[in-house]
Amino acid sequence: MEEEKKQLTLVLGVIGADVHAVGNRILEYALTEAGFKVVNIGVMASQEEFINAALETDADAILVSSLYGHGEIDCRGLREKAIEAGIGNIKMYVGGNLVVGKQDWAEVEKKFLAMGFDRAYPPGTMPQQAIDDLLRDFGFTQKC
Amino acid sequence: MELALLIDFGSTYTKVTAVDVESAEVIATARGLTTVETSILEGLEQALEGIKPHFAGALPEFQHRLACSSAAGGLRMVAIGLVKELTAEAARQAALGAGARVLGVFAHQLTAAEMEQIDAGCPDIILLAGGTDGGNRDTILHNARMLAAARCGSTIIVAGNKSAAEEVRDILVQAGKDVRVTANVLPELNKLNVEPARETIRRTFLEKIVEAKGLRRAERYIQGVLMPTPAAVLNAAKLLATGTGEEPGWGQLVIVDIGGATTDVHSLAEGYPTRSGVTFKGLPEPFAKRTVEGDLGMRVSALSLLETVGARKLAAIAGRPEEEVISYVHAVHDNVELLPANENQWKIDTAMARVAADLAMERHAGTLETAWTPMGAMYIQHGKDLTRVPYLIGTGGVIVNHPNPREILQGALYRQEQPTILRPQTPRMMLDKDYILAAVGLLAEVKPTAALRLAKKYIVEI
Ligand code: B12
Repeated sequence: MEEEKKQLTLVLGVIGADVHAVGNRILEYALTEAGFKVVNIGVMASQEEFINAALETDADAILVSSLYGHGEIDCRGLREKAIEAGIGNIKMYVGGNLVVGKQDWAEVEKKFLAMGFDRAYPPGTMPQQAIDDLLRDFGFTQKC
Repeated sequence: MELALLIDFGSTYTKVTAVDVESAEVIATARGLTTVETSILEGLEQALEGIKPHFAGALPEFQHRLACSSAAGGLRMVAIGLVKELTAEAARQAALGAGARVLGVFAHQLTAAEMEQIDAGCPDIILLAGGTDGGNRDTILHNARMLAAARCGSTIIVAGNKSAAEEVRDILVQAGKDVRVTANVLPELNKLNVEPARETIRRTFLEKIVEAKGLRRAERYIQGVLMPTPAAVLNAAKLLATGTGEEPGWGQLVIVDIGGATTDVHSLAEGYPTRSGVTFKGLPEPFAKRTVEGDLGMRVSALSLLETVGARKLAAIAGRPEEEVISYVHAVHDNVELLPANENQWKIDTAMARVAADLAMERHAGTLETAWTPMGAMYIQHGKDLTRVPYLIGTGGVIVNHPNPREILQGALYRQEQPTILRPQTPRMMLDKDYILAAVGLLAEVKPTAALRLAKKYIVEI
């Protein structure tokens, strides 16, 4: 990232009762390497933890992972909570294995966008994809 | 002979402890009434009379003359942060650990109504936090502007987002406040940093509060009123747990201090999960943690204790009729000097103390929350797991003077029927038999190893 531009702060975590920790660590590493300030709240993170963390750290985006197939239930209402907390405009991305089994991705994506996420990613998405999107969404033209 | 005179100006009594430093022996203890309205020295002199007989009628020269104080209302503070569970809690922890009486904790942007509450309480010090470093600025700036207009609370310690701290200071200085900026209590979301704020509170106490409370006169005779009494107890606990370079401590421990107005619990423990499959959540816990229960006390807070527990339950524990319990509780509340006069009154006093120990520990200890997942039950821990802590120490007037202190302390232990509350399970039960913990915390400032030996000698297994 260019020096004079503000370093973006990201809240990262695995939502719900989900304990899959490996992807979370890889994401933390990749995003930090890419120059972001990563606030990792780890696995088994509740919606409130995401919101509170974003509030205290004045985060620019929230990156939610869900690996165990219950993403839909766990993520519902997160945008509304952000609005209540006064950070309704914060960018929210979600990825992992969002639903059980192999469902039609276009349908799944639609569902998560309707929930208020700015971007949703299918299983197997590489961290670089999110990095590129973050830079684009925040108006950085230069790649790291 | 190297002698130390250790003084505790309490809300009611001024207690003095004379110690032979080399042999780590208590030579004498005595007490007088705390006379902060007239001259603090009167009560001190009264107490000193009490130890004279142990020195053949004339006071010797004490090389160390140190005091702590909870007189004149103690160190009264308000803590302010952004999110209740994060910076507001971190600020509260910092204030409690510095030995303060926390009058209120406020989160998010202060309202006019909350400002009125703060003004009504008129705290000695306000601790202002909010935002991690580089994080939220709006709230702490808003709160600084609100505090600038406050009528009370002229001393403000700023321990919030460093990117806003200078602006916050300017706003408050312009309003004529005495502002001290220190490191953020929560610099990063997962990093609690309460020590710099605690240190700043303590320095402010020394410089300003001692004066304001009319304790400065005492400094003609003593070398210094070093800290609030609860901070001295926590200091002693820290020393006893961690030891010194010359002598090892006892390791992790918990202290239950049952007083007339409050019940304090101090834990010196990491509190990490002891079972596998448990995930820790929430603010990291300070190794030295103090909680204060303002509704649980033996005298001044006897009525609120009765209300919290309920007359029926207290009567059942005491094994006495409800009416008798209620009338005794009122009697000791109205006359705080009253001591149990017969066996039945002892039973009620014991039940009150046991319940205070029970509830104070329940609120201090961490909890396990069950989360149901596709794999079955998973556990989330909030707060400290104290189940394996090896020492539980009792102190405070009732415990120290009780014929069977173990009965009281047992109230604090882990219970089978409350498996999610992580209290100490099978600790060794110890008693601060000569009520010297605060004195140990004071002596630790100048002679830590001697203070440690004193603690080890006078805190005995029961
Ligand atoms: C290891 C593992 C476990 C371990 C986890 C150990 C641990 N503490 O980490 C254990 C044994 C505990 C476990 C348990 C379960 N697991 Co499992 N587990 C796996 C496994 C084999 C590997 C996960 C892993 O580490 N992957 C490697 C990392 C690097 O990849 P990742 O997690 O996908 O993350 C990457 C990407 O997804 C992406 N990403 C992730 N989040 C986000 C977010 C954004 C915004 C973006 C852009 C990208 C992104 O980037 C990450 C880094 O590259 C997977 C199968 C698989 N091969 O993926 C199943 C799998 C995830 N588990 C599964 C299941 C069902 C379970 C259980 C429910 C099983 C059960 N019935 O008991 C439980 C649930 C427990 C719980 N409460 O969470 C299913 C999920 C099915 C679904 N969603 O449809 C999987 C897919 C296996 C399967 N094919 O059935 N599991």
